[in-house]
Amino acid sequence: MEKVKLRNNPLFRFLAVVLLPLLALLLAAFTGGSYYESVLVLFFINIILAASLNLTNGITGIFSLGQAGFMALGAYASSILTLSEKTKNTMVRNMPEWLAKIQLPFIPALIVAAVFSMLIAGLIGFAILRARGHYLAVITLGMVIVIKSVLDNANNLTNGSRGLSGMARYSTLPVVVIAALLTLFILYRIRISAFGRAMIALREDEDAAASLGINYSTIRLMSFMISAFFGAVGGGLWAHLQRTIAPSLFYFNETFIILEMSVLGGMASLSGAIPGAAILTFVPQILANFSTGFTLFGIQIPQINGLTNIVMSVLFIVTIIFRKQGIAGNSEYIVSSLFDRQTYTGLFKKETYTGFADAFRRKKSA
Amino acid sequence: MGYFTAQLISAVKLGSIYALVAIGYSIVYSIMGMINFAHGELLMIATFSLWVLLNAGVPFALAVALAILVTALFGILIERIAYRSIRDAGESTQIITSLAVSIFLEALCQAIFNSSSKALIIPDFFSKTFRILDTTVSVIDVVTLACTLILTLAVVLIIRRTAVGKAMRAVADNMEAADLMGIDKNRIITAAFVIGSVLAAVAGILYSGKYTSFSNDMGFMLGVKAFIAAVLGGLGSLTGAVTGGYIMAVLEVFFSGYLPRGVVSYQTAFTFLVLILVLLVRPNGLFGSSNRQRS
Repeated sequence: MEKVKLRNNPLFRFLAVVLLPLLALLLAAFTGGSYYESVLVLFFINIILAASLNLTNGITGIFSLGQAGFMALGAYASSILTLSEKTKNTMVRNMPEWLAKIQLPFIPALIVAAVFSMLIAGLIGFAILRARGHYLAVITLGMVIVIKSVLDNANNLTNGSRGLSGMARYSTLPVVVIAALLTLFILYRIRISAFGRAMIALREDEDAAASLGINYSTIRLMSFMISAFFGAVGGGLWAHLQRTIAPSLFYFNETFIILEMSVLGGMASLSGAIPGAAILTFVPQILANFSTGFTLFGIQIPQINGLTNIVMSVLFIVTIIFRKQGIAGNSEYIVSSLFDRQTYTGLFKKETYTGFADAFRRKKSA
Repeated sequence: MGYFTAQLISAVKLGSIYALVAIGYSIVYSIMGMINFAHGELLMIATFSLWVLLNAGVPFALAVALAILVTALFGILIERIAYRSIRDAGESTQIITSLAVSIFLEALCQAIFNSSSKALIIPDFFSKTFRILDTTVSVIDVVTLACTLILTLAVVLIIRRTAVGKAMRAVADNMEAADLMGIDKNRIITAAFVIGSVLAAVAGILYSGKYTSFSNDMGFMLGVKAFIAAVLGGLGSLTGAVTGGYIMAVLEVFFSGYLPRGVVSYQTAFTFLVLILVLLVRPNGLFGSSNRQRS
């Protein structure tokens, strides 16, 4: 019998990627209280944001710094759609009547917002995707600036720099977990489809891909639009977690946080979004306890402003210098274990269990 | 008429700042092929150094010289610690690293000096005003323009006439070949960072000298705008950097001065739309070379 490595054994995959995280999640959700719940919600939203950026930056090789812009579009569009007419009219002066009248349930609002953001990305992408490399990076950064400037000034839609508030907290843990799993599932199916392979081919060698009949502009535009769709989903969920939004929240800082998650986890891998999001969600929460000052070996360390930024950027630079492919590298282990049928059908086969025991014995004797 | 001249003068002084910073981006880009997003933070470092030195009672001229020196040291350190090991790592890695360096410097500055805005007190001499034609001009405006012209000329002379300049051009052309010919590429890259840092330091001091109040987030946006100016002119070209700087400033000032009310608050958006349009027509900028190699 062929010896299967432990990490490829369906039972091991099931335990490591599905069952244990699920138990941990349930435990955290039921014992943690509301603070931990909202941190977990943020974690799953961050997974969506990081994975959406990985599609363009890592897989297709379009280096975009614009994700915060699409996140903003999703957050604003979905909030305007879920707020009631009364709230909108008291908060926002002169909102167009037809828009003030519309009120949708959360999920349809989220989808409409994401489609809206995707269409905008189509328009923008059509114009800017001719640029490459550095030029594309700066144009997408410019796009974030333009979007913020519009949000700041379109007073009758967005309430200007004061932002919108009073959204209901629809982003509960089950909602974001399902949203994150759906996002990863769809992006993973795209990645392993012919379409996804075309993206990777373009990243590796444009000319070779073009000679095989891959249409450069179409694939890049599609990738950009899909990424904007999920970026907006993340933004919409985020808005209904925080319940107040303002243009300044979707600026360079947020751009950088999303980029950090994507790079730390591994840009070329959708699975990388998970460790990336975990670091960027939990480490700042832990650091927040220290930023007001603490005692280390009897030495009183005073309050440090911006501690999170210092630690995260150092961590980031060190990662890039020593492991620039990020934590996950090119591996899709987590996502493929989650979504491949073998993980689940394998549980009903006898070989799985004998193989599992066997692999364990080998590991022990080795 | 007076309004127009006033607008023009403020465009010229803002453009001078952008030009100085854009040259720094451009030099580093032509030699290493990387964009140093942390370049803008050098303006912050220069301003804070000057502020600390002035508060410590150091005479103004000496303090300015020391502040420039400190900034140059930071430039060298940044290159040595963060950028040397990722020299061959690809465009996106380099962009990300420099963004991280930028965030780090800004947060470090916030941790040391907190994020409230501070006032830079420069000698009264600089804020004296006089009239040219029908507009008021202050001494610091003239100094800004003069510094820009002198420094740009100096950079051009260094690159065209000196041995270091020749070596820089060789490294920019082909780093490996230059290395084989016995040029110490590390030394040349350091030289490029020193030149860039000095220009940024002067720009930072002139900028905060003019507006007198500053904080730890002054550098990033200025840096991004100057970088966009460099892209507009064509990365890697000195002429491009200077022209781009002035074009950027003219767009910004005239958009905010002449756009109709109600639209004027969108001026930042307009400036960037122009940039996007220019890049659509000339993807390598106004003065950039058309092939994808660095020049």
